[in-house]
Amino acid sequence: MSDKKPKKRRDFLFTATTAVGAVGAAAVVWPMVDQMNPDASVKALASTEVDVSSVQPGNTITVLWRGKPVFIRRRTQEEIEEARSVKMEELIHPEKDEDRAKNPEWLVMLGVCTHLGCVPLNDKGDYNGWFCPCHGSHYDTSGRIRKGPAPWNMEVPKYEFVNANTIKIG
Amino acid sequence: MSDHDYRPKSKVGQWFNDRLPLLTLANHLTDYPTPKNLNYWWTFGGILTFCLITQIITGLTLAMHYIAHADMAFESVEHIMRDVNYGWLIRYIHANGASMFFLAVYIHIFRSLFYGSYKAPREIIWIIGIVIYLLMMAAAFMGYVLPWGQMSFWGATVITNLFSAIPLVGEGIVTWLWGGYSVDNPTLTRFFTLHYLIPFLIAGLVILHIWALHVPGNNNPVGIDIKKPSKDTVPFHPYIVIKDGFALLMFMIVFAFFVFYTPNILGHADNYIEANPMVTPAHIVPEWYLLPFYAILRSVPDKLLGVVAMLSAILILAALPWLDTSKIRSAVFRPLYRQFYWILVADVLILGYIGAMPAEGLYLLIARVATAYYFLHFLVILPILGYKERTLPVPLSITEPILGGSPNLAAARHRESKIK
Repeated sequence: MSDKKPKKRRDFLFTATTAVGAVGAAAVVWPMVDQMNPDASVKALASTEVDVSSVQPGNTITVLWRGKPVFIRRRTQEEIEEARSVKMEELIHPEKDEDRAKNPEWLVMLGVCTHLGCVPLNDKGDYNGWFCPCHGSHYDTSGRIRKGPAPWNMEVPKYEFVNANTIKIG
Repeated sequence: MSDHDYRPKSKVGQWFNDRLPLLTLANHLTDYPTPKNLNYWWTFGGILTFCLITQIITGLTLAMHYIAHADMAFESVEHIMRDVNYGWLIRYIHANGASMFFLAVYIHIFRSLFYGSYKAPREIIWIIGIVIYLLMMAAAFMGYVLPWGQMSFWGATVITNLFSAIPLVGEGIVTWLWGGYSVDNPTLTRFFTLHYLIPFLIAGLVILHIWALHVPGNNNPVGIDIKKPSKDTVPFHPYIVIKDGFALLMFMIVFAFFVFYTPNILGHADNYIEANPMVTPAHIVPEWYLLPFYAILRSVPDKLLGVVAMLSAILILAALPWLDTSKIRSAVFRPLYRQFYWILVADVLILGYIGAMPAEGLYLLIARVATAYYFLHFLVILPILGYKERTLPVPLSITEPILGGSPNLAAARHRESKIK
């Protein structure tokens, strides 16, 4: 506000009107923006149960959860040892295999490359884990990023063993 | 200008024009003084207008048969191809029309770059053009998603995931764009809506683009300011209308060749496989017109910086009128700029080629060099060139060199060869 012009009642009215108008406009804009967020029916599909009894060691099954592929791999003893023997300093996104696979035989993670969302290929790449064909990211036997443009390890979703043969994801 | 003096001949015309001066506008467009030395590179504005109208008409008719639903979209496109009367023709015109649109716009943009059409007083025309180009890319991308094939689905996944590179809010933005936790039905329906909307936004911007053009008038191959109207100009109708019409006819031959003889050559076979969220195609490639930017994205090993580089490559064009410090517009009188211009053309073509190749080994190295050169051209070479370059003498008018007095184009070239 300039010093020459004293503040008047009219200035206050202009400011107050503009402020109320802005709040009103924001209140109308927000529903228009928020309608694009995941709706109630999408959110309702929160969890899925998978029977893993038929999966042999060294095999991976892929299931769909929230529209995304989830890799469930029954790892071999060598793969587990390979994943657990890696030094933390060598990792781009340091995470212990023990934290990623609580039951070492079972690795459960989103089969989504953290670069731009492609599905990496099984048993491929320089680290015997996964390889993303889109832009060349290599993941190890724990699904951790080792080489390429992806910034993070493949995400481990919330999951639990309901019983010895069933995994509940979500 | 003659616009202000215009008065319709008929009584009815006068009555109407006094209330809504549409006839004055029509008269302005007819008589609009145009430089008489415009070459065929100047016909692409008209060709682009044709492309936009073609896309809108074929798009409207396709929308009468298409179903925007994840379970039915793919099938409805096949229904259009097999069952709808002339559906195959309309769809092939629309799909190839997008490619033709980009072909024309790239020629139009590089015309501007060669003849310095983006320089004062035409900066606003140029910037509106860049906005149109960005909207075209958005429309083309979303249109490609609609058939819901494998490339549609995974192209949509990769491109929307670009936003996840934004720190903190990135993931939230991607979820918001998708309307879910992956590309799915909500994504498809909103892309269809926006794909339908954008051409009309472009049409509005095209009107502004032409309006802004008609204030200073056309640039021309000599790149000098001319008096309008004068002996340097001809009326738009019939001179330019006929020339544009002939060029459009030639363009339509190319267009028809693609539609009737190789309608799928610019597409990907993978898009005839229905979208499958469990399997990514072995080799994801965007449409040819986006390849140079895709190459730039992949040449940077960091996710966020790759996205930043790709966006900068487009947005840097908006700053071009201020990055190019040379007072001379046309490359005809800029011997050094002309060489750098052709190097840039080659650089962009190389980036386009690399964008279609796997990102590894030698390809990656070439992509990095070409990306670096792209930015070098705009950020270093152009600003310095304006100060260092010895330009050739510019004629005073378009007509004068022919009648004698100041140097003409041939003389300028001759002089240049002597300097070498």
